[in-house]
Amino acid sequence: MSADTQLTRVQRDDLRTVAAMIVPASDAYKVPGADDPTIQADMLATLGRDTKLVAAALDHLARLAGRPLAELDAARRDAVAQEFRAAGGVPAATLVRVVLQCYYRDDRVLGSLGLEPRAPFPKGHVLPDGDWSLLDRVKARGGSLRRAP
Amino acid sequence: MKDPVDVLIIGAGASGAAVAWSLAETKMHILCLEQGGWMNPAEYPSTGRDWEAKFYGEWSSSPNVRGRPEDYPVNDDNSPIKVVNYNAVGGSTVMYTAHWPRLHPSDFKVKTLDGVADDWPIDYDALTPFFEENDRMMGTSGLSGDPLSPLTHPPMPQQPLGLSGAIIAKAMNKLGWHWWPSDTTVATMDYEGRARCINLGHCTPACAQGAKSSTDITYWPHAIRAGVELRTHCRVREITTDENGMASGVVYYDKDGVEQFQPAHVVIIACNGVGTPRLLLNSASSRFPNGLANSSGLVGKNLMFHPYAQIYGYVKEPTDSNRAPPTCLWSKEWYDTDPSRGFVRGYGVQFVRGAGPVFEAVVSEQKGILPWGEDHHRIFRKLNGHRLGFSAICEDLPEEHNRVTLDPVLKDSHGIAAPKIDYTISENSRKMMEHALARGREVLETAGATDICINSPIPWGGWHLLGTARMGTDPARSVVNEWGRTHDVKNLFIVDGSIFVTSGGVNPTSTIQALALYIADQMKQRLANLFD
Repeated sequence: MSADTQLTRVQRDDLRTVAAMIVPASDAYKVPGADDPTIQADMLATLGRDTKLVAAALDHLARLAGRPLAELDAARRDAVAQEFRAAGGVPAATLVRVVLQCYYRDDRVLGSLGLEPRAPFPKGHVLPDGDWSLLDRVKARGGSLRRAP
Repeated sequence: MKDPVDVLIIGAGASGAAVAWSLAETKMHILCLEQGGWMNPAEYPSTGRDWEAKFYGEWSSSPNVRGRPEDYPVNDDNSPIKVVNYNAVGGSTVMYTAHWPRLHPSDFKVKTLDGVADDWPIDYDALTPFFEENDRMMGTSGLSGDPLSPLTHPPMPQQPLGLSGAIIAKAMNKLGWHWWPSDTTVATMDYEGRARCINLGHCTPACAQGAKSSTDITYWPHAIRAGVELRTHCRVREITTDENGMASGVVYYDKDGVEQFQPAHVVIIACNGVGTPRLLLNSASSRFPNGLANSSGLVGKNLMFHPYAQIYGYVKEPTDSNRAPPTCLWSKEWYDTDPSRGFVRGYGVQFVRGAGPVFEAVVSEQKGILPWGEDHHRIFRKLNGHRLGFSAICEDLPEEHNRVTLDPVLKDSHGIAAPKIDYTISENSRKMMEHALARGREVLETAGATDICINSPIPWGGWHLLGTARMGTDPARSVVNEWGRTHDVKNLFIVDGSIFVTSGGVNPTSTIQALALYIADQMKQRLANLFD
């Protein structure tokens, strides 16, 4: 039985395993996987209102796997994952979203994407004004509003 | 017992704020009751590193997901489009895209022009001065002179074209189709105490910079300085009536949850197209057994949402992503009826600049274009920062079976019956949506986009809540008259989107507020014989 406010050790282990399946580490892109300890800690610390659904998703995953996910061979693990994602409904979607929302705010990941690891406010961003001569063709074409009697 | 007020306004959002400010010059005692509280911009999502994640929880656009104490639940299980809103001082102007088109003159004469729905009892010209006044108060940016839109005079210049806008503009030019920089309520320069936009990007769930206009920072400071009293965290349960069938006041729950009665000489409802019929139906009594002001039986009926047909794709060039306000350009190319298209009426288009990395990852994984495993990183880099979107706002025609009723089971935190939505997308709308998706695909492919995805309708796209207490001259076919007074209760007014007769094909907030100012003006002109 899962607690409402936190995951069990088994659930945490499976979360780490499935997170790495969603986003593995990559030497090519010089990024950690979503099983990275810092990213995992972020997930667990910020689960909040998602805890119940994520726990339900992990319980579903455990039922499909029949044992800790990490103990399955790669082929079986992939098959379980596919079934989980296809039939897991809102809990599965929530689990995946939790993994991705923590992964894509990690400093190292954002850095590899060329994004500054910061909140939008107060620095904001600079937007090029653009070439407004593009509008000349629209002006030249003209048109009129439909008349209302 | 509390002293009666002259005017009691229910709701401090787009229309409630406008009507309060306009009536303030009468020096009447005006009280507004708002179920939400004042917002604190320091807590807005864009101030934190978790700015995108918040949109899935406490800053969701859905009141059912958000579940703040200020929210009320909505049973929208029987609708493909879910209700979204925000409950606070400022209402849903706190959480909106700030896209600011107006209804067109032809939108007020739908029956005459196209033989469908009904004409409005007022025309565009009646609202023109109030559109202008509202644009000054809300502070709009844009470029005057769009040949296919009503003439506007935004006090601030348009938003930059940016990277996304330029790509869209080139594609539209290649196809020979109309586009124009959108009027928005995003301040592009310092304006009336608001700081200019610095492209926080995450505009929709509130602007920490204060550049995006919301009525808590536009109308309300002026209205309060002029003497209007605004009482927050006060949820109205029902409007009461006296032996003469006039509104006598409201029963509400105060911030401590204590039931209160506030007497009033005039009551104005500004609760949107779902909240207003909910309140009227919850105000049923022995005098008004079918709900207040409902002798026509039309309270709650003719709900219009605007089904959104959205299509998006990915170009090779970088787009603005989350580094700019989400909307930048509109098109009215397909706004008016063209019989050759197989449907009546039409749609406006708002182009979307892009998305942030979390949103991109989550949505793309759900769409099946972002895989798990080794290839995740390569594909994500192809998608992230390369999205362009085309969203068609399809005119929804009024149909009585699309409606708001009271849920027999679901209740809010005060035990008040929650609204229930029954809504289907019409065949006319479906054809319109298909047409829009085909045009959007042409635009995106002309821009070089691939991996094209569709959301049609956008499920959580019920921003525009219209038509459920419609305006008209015939009491048998409408709820309010041509100046917003209910036919049945002569001191009860409605000023929000529920009084729309038809929906047009544009975001409605500009027109909602112009209507609220128009009704306030009508009330001021008729003060001596307001109840005749």
